[in-house]
Amino acid sequence: MTAGVDLGPQAQAIRSDEDVVRVRQLVRAVAVAVKLSLVDQTKVVTAASELARNTLVYGGGGSVEVTTVDNGRRRGVQIVFVDSGPGIPDLDLAFTDGYTTGGGLGLGLSGARRLVDDFHIDTSAETGTRITVTKWSR
Amino acid sequence: MALSAEESGRLAALLSGNAERVTQRWTEIIAGSLRGRLSQAELRRQVQDLHHAIVSTGEQGAIDLPAENATELRATLSELSRGRARQGFSATETAISIFALKDVVAELVEEAGGDNKLRDYVAYSGLIDELGLFTFESFVRTRESLIADQAEQLLELSTPVVKLWEGVVAVPLVGTLDSARAQVVMERLLQTLVDTGSPYAIIDITGVPAVDTQVAQHILKTVVAARLMGADCIISGIRPQIAQTIVALGIEFGDIATKASLADALRHVLRLTGVETARRQPRRDA
Amino acid sequence: MERVPILKIGDILLVSIQLDMSDQTAVQLQEDLAERIVATGCHGVIIDITALDIVDSFVGRMLSTIASISKVLDAETVVVGMRPAVAITLVELGLSLNGIRTALNVERGMELIAAARADEHEYQLDDDPDAETATP
Repeated sequence: MTAGVDLGPQAQAIRSDEDVVRVRQLVRAVAVAVKLSLVDQTKVVTAASELARNTLVYGGGGSVEVTTVDNGRRRGVQIVFVDSGPGIPDLDLAFTDGYTTGGGLGLGLSGARRLVDDFHIDTSAETGTRITVTKWSR
Repeated sequence: MALSAEESGRLAALLSGNAERVTQRWTEIIAGSLRGRLSQAELRRQVQDLHHAIVSTGEQGAIDLPAENATELRATLSELSRGRARQGFSATETAISIFALKDVVAELVEEAGGDNKLRDYVAYSGLIDELGLFTFESFVRTRESLIADQAEQLLELSTPVVKLWEGVVAVPLVGTLDSARAQVVMERLLQTLVDTGSPYAIIDITGVPAVDTQVAQHILKTVVAARLMGADCIISGIRPQIAQTIVALGIEFGDIATKASLADALRHVLRLTGVETARRQPRRDA
Repeated sequence: MERVPILKIGDILLVSIQLDMSDQTAVQLQEDLAERIVATGCHGVIIDITALDIVDSFVGRMLSTIASISKVLDAETVVVGMRPAVAITLVELGLSLNGIRTALNVERGMELIAAARADEHEYQLDDDPDAETATP
């Protein structure tokens, strides 16, 4: 038991395919540390994989920071994806299942949002895109 | 309330200089409050651990509980409160184990004298408060996880997944299904499919008085998930009211097989497997 | 870049994915498999994902593509060993893996391929698309 011990924030650049794999492994390690259930671990790692790939493909690369969070009652994993790409012009459209500009399945954003508990997105053509997601333990 | 490096050093010196006396007094005070429910030897060992952790942290510099150099101290405190929580001690009894140090420190500071004695005592006392609160927090956390574990064990008891036939498992659901329970049942069902290599599952809801949209969604998702894994689910025992709810809520059961009773469902599955065997050996029929 | 090995067992190609694949490795596997199907003339492909702790939309799409490609090359693809947590996540993600046959384990997968081949054989004999429903 590691109650009370906090892993500090962990950062990872997203510049290549291999980095997406590293993001998955990093998120998995933190999710295990905050004792998410196996299904929740799988969900948050899958969401991270989708968003990391988006950062790489659409944002032209960027970085991710993974932290543990604690709201007093439950612990969780928070992941922040940042890129300085062109931003997402039409958010509603981007969240539509099946919509894609990159030749994927169009499930990345919308699917990732369903897999986590909190999902927050800031995007503009000037500053790029910043997505914050959180998954809480039960 | 973190102590400065200087104060920490003084506290460490104070405690280590009077090590035997400190542990002796500390143990006595705790023993009084626990009324013999913990052996003197064990108490003494715990107190020595705590004493050692505080002294060694203080000798390294400022004692700041959340900081990196206090890892050992935090670990010792959590271990103490975990032990107390598991042995059924109350939160007060646990916190007293730490607060007892105040009395000991007060005596020591008084004897040592000096101009700073009041200021020192206030600082030390603040630190001990913090240690006590930390202990209290980890005590609560341990209790919560104990309760969560018990709730989970209860869930598992109430949701058996049984093997009905070679390659056929069933979950007879009884009682109200809330979202959390539905989720646990479904995860267990899917895991049983893997463990037993069964390609068919029957979800029998005869004993379920009502379903809401969320529960129906959970069942539907499970059926789809089972399909992704290469298994088929049949839902049996849908009561008339539940059938009406399902239709009224607009929940689409699509091409999911539903049967009136568990027996019908089993017959259906056996016929399916039978057809499969017949198809694989077409010559036997001819 | 790492490569996923492809084993030939009788008339079946067996791919057991043991590593956390990068997207590039996944695309490479897709190409390697198409080549091996043609080179060996195998009629079945089993992709064992027991070791995969996640399947995201990229890997999901790769599995669908492999199934479609092998179909064109007259081979049946079965994905086996998907973990419960992975299946639950895929449902939530909204990925249905349409057109992919699945089985619980390699053994069941082989049975499924054998049955599919037998079906095809039967259809060829009777030349009757309703044969399945007509058989008792």
